[in-house]
Amino acid sequence: MKKPFLHNVETDSICQPPSPSVIFVDRAFRMLARLGVILVFSLIVVLVLEIGIKALPSIQKSGLDVITGTVWDVGQQKFGILPAIWGTLYSSLIALFVGGFFGISMAIFLTQDFLHPRLAAIFRAIVELLAAIPSVVYGLWGIFVVIPAIRPLTDELNESLGWIPFFSSTLSGPGLLPAALVLAIMILPTIAAVSQDALRAVPLRTKQAAYGMGTTHWEAILKVMVPTAATGIFGSLVLGLGRALGETMALAMLIGNSNQISLSLFAPANTLAAMLALNFPEAGPSEIEVLMYAALVLMLITLVVNVLGSMIITYAQRGMK
Amino acid sequence: MMQQVATDTDAQPAVLAMDCKLNRIFYGNFLAVRDSHVPIEKNKITGFIGPSGCGKSTVLRSLNRMNDLIEGFRFEGHVQFIGQDIYGKGVDPVVVRRYIGMVFQQPNPFSMSIYDNVAFGLRINRYKGDIGDRVKHALQSAALWDEVKDKLKASGLSLSGGQQQRLCIARAIATQPQVLLMDEPCSALDPIATRRVEELMTELKKDYTIALVTHNMQQAMRVADTTAFFSVDISGGSRTGYLVELGPTSQIFGNPREKLTKDYISGQFS
Amino acid sequence: MNETSLPESTPSLQRKLEGRALRSMLLSILVWISAILTSIPLFSVLYMLSTRGGARLNWEAFTELPPAGFEMGGGFGNALVGTLFMVGIASLIAIPLGILAAIFLAELGPNSKLATIARFSAKVLAGVPSILAGVFAYATVVVTTGTYSAIAGGVALAVLMLPIVVLTAEESMKMVPKIMKDAAYGMGCTHTQVIWKIVLPTGMPAILTGVMLAIARASGETAPLLFTALFSNYWLIQDGRLDAMNPTASLAVLIYNFSGMPFDNQIELAWAASLVLVIIVLIINAISRIFGKPKF
Repeated sequence: MKKPFLHNVETDSICQPPSPSVIFVDRAFRMLARLGVILVFSLIVVLVLEIGIKALPSIQKSGLDVITGTVWDVGQQKFGILPAIWGTLYSSLIALFVGGFFGISMAIFLTQDFLHPRLAAIFRAIVELLAAIPSVVYGLWGIFVVIPAIRPLTDELNESLGWIPFFSSTLSGPGLLPAALVLAIMILPTIAAVSQDALRAVPLRTKQAAYGMGTTHWEAILKVMVPTAATGIFGSLVLGLGRALGETMALAMLIGNSNQISLSLFAPANTLAAMLALNFPEAGPSEIEVLMYAALVLMLITLVVNVLGSMIITYAQRGMK
Repeated sequence: MMQQVATDTDAQPAVLAMDCKLNRIFYGNFLAVRDSHVPIEKNKITGFIGPSGCGKSTVLRSLNRMNDLIEGFRFEGHVQFIGQDIYGKGVDPVVVRRYIGMVFQQPNPFSMSIYDNVAFGLRINRYKGDIGDRVKHALQSAALWDEVKDKLKASGLSLSGGQQQRLCIARAIATQPQVLLMDEPCSALDPIATRRVEELMTELKKDYTIALVTHNMQQAMRVADTTAFFSVDISGGSRTGYLVELGPTSQIFGNPREKLTKDYISGQFS
Repeated sequence: MNETSLPESTPSLQRKLEGRALRSMLLSILVWISAILTSIPLFSVLYMLSTRGGARLNWEAFTELPPAGFEMGGGFGNALVGTLFMVGIASLIAIPLGILAAIFLAELGPNSKLATIARFSAKVLAGVPSILAGVFAYATVVVTTGTYSAIAGGVALAVLMLPIVVLTAEESMKMVPKIMKDAAYGMGCTHTQVIWKIVLPTGMPAILTGVMLAIARASGETAPLLFTALFSNYWLIQDGRLDAMNPTASLAVLIYNFSGMPFDNQIELAWAASLVLVIIVLIINAISRIFGKPKF
């Protein structure tokens, strides 16, 4: 038995060593917190393992054929997810171009003294509200607003410029372009928020130095502010891409779920996430295995992109200090 | 059982509240302080002075094992306190801190009412008596009672900087700790508030033992009974603090034995 | 000496609208236009919600069961209950666990190897597509219990909430000033006492903000529920008995299902349900803002 410190000291002081119950509670609580952390860490491991193990039979059976296959036919037991991978990347890249342009413009607009602070607060709230709207609501809005709105334009483009592969079909309803546009709106807040952080992190002295040289407002922005914040802005685009790749509902509702590989912006397509959403509820055992395979592919793609994005942003933040 | 140690400048044997004999203090691989023997006399104010980086705060914070909260901290040596070594085997730092109170550089009241701030220590020590009485007494001792008696429910953070620091002192002394460690308690205060806290310290030493770190030599001269001068040794390529000289304040400032001390107090080296 | 003089032809200091000034103006107009274009979708969504959704938003919508096929009338009462119930289950799992983990990350072992790994895991988890949370809950809960259920839906939502709670709660606790914690440690508090008496009360407003954001996010999620909770045309509580182990309706899945139906009645209900869902999400967001920034 260890002799506790000060156990035998008689003092008239109010000070007392903590009671055994306090010490016990302290130990127990710290253990519990450690357990909580271990659980959080193991969750991601279990998540990857669970999907990986369930995908294993399909990986063993068909190997890379699933990734390179272009036909999805349950009747023939043919499962190829290449069109879905293509659609995932294609729609995300378009969304990244559109969302990236508007997101970065918005970040410049909000951080580079274009606005009275009160007006800036309103625009900032608009961006935050855009982020708050659930994706299924965007999907609904896409069906009833975006598709009818862009249809005349797409018909026009197809008629006059149909020889360009991008415009080589008509928009019969759902399709790649409306899905990508809605996706762009959904990733815009992420890009705007992270880019704003990057632009705000540029030290004031850098900005003052630029103005001190007699640059105009825009010369300062384009030649000094944006290049200085470039790494962070790039990171915001990578994170935006990560979000786009994994987004499900808006795409499931708008892209048309057609397993074809086409350059046309107006043709229906498919994405990995949308495929999971649509096929999972009614899938048989062999289909589930392949869907798990698809989930694993989606997981790996988004994991790589997200980790890359976080690393770029961490690197950018270190550079600023 | 208090230890009796005779210091060579004092004919009377001094009663020690603490006796710190440290060989080395490390942060990771960095040797922060070495070879310092710092006795803390009972019912006296012991002032720690020295240039920045000399380890005076590190030594002070070792006296109630606050440094144990810093990763990589290692203490080699002994600190005797009520007949026991606070760095002895099986000693819980939490227990040590209950008996040795601390006042910090920045006033740091909790974001709770003035009353709850002072009652905090009483509650964690499961004080059975009248908490209200104790709170009042502590606030009176800290010369804050008259200013706050009508707003005990107000947040501790609503007070001015000087009041906040006195509140922190009241909070520390409410439990009547054996020793009070004060780490540059006036560095964030204006001259008037500083003056009040200094007066308070001289009042408090009737009942408490105080160890005080200060970067202000005048303050040490005004309030400290004993002064410990630390310096920093940069010969080994790194900056290691050590105790140069310790003695009655009048002797340290009037007739220092060491040349380093003399240079420092005459302002020839910072 | 000669009297001093300025050079004869000084450059004009006036700004001329040519060259770089003109380009500046064009660029400014461009960002203004793009900012306004960015706002249009939001106003369009809000307009559609209030006109098409508002038109159908009556008492019946909240109290009735979803209509089948050609049926007229009906509502989404069971879906609203289902959403609240599943978000509740998710909160019960994710909030305590998340805050507990955050306590370790912020206070107990911020620099430990375990904390570094767990923090990284939480960040990775935050970026995992929501549909994969559904796949996970399907593989673990649905397959094991053999049925789609509210529990499975709740677990899927909890997976999404957890990283948000962990990361925001850790940040909130780290904002509690170190000197305040030092004061408590200096008085001889155990770690647990410092956490419960100082860190949690002081950081609570900021922690709640993060918790509310996580709840808002979970309330609007659809993908993870599609094949975990599925959907149901019946009440969650029938004959006074809670039926958590059967398919359960939710607002989000109802919107998705009805959006593809060829019946006007269902589509009107989808808009009304969207309006309700957005209002719920916005209210939770607003509450999180009331807690606002901590006041120290």
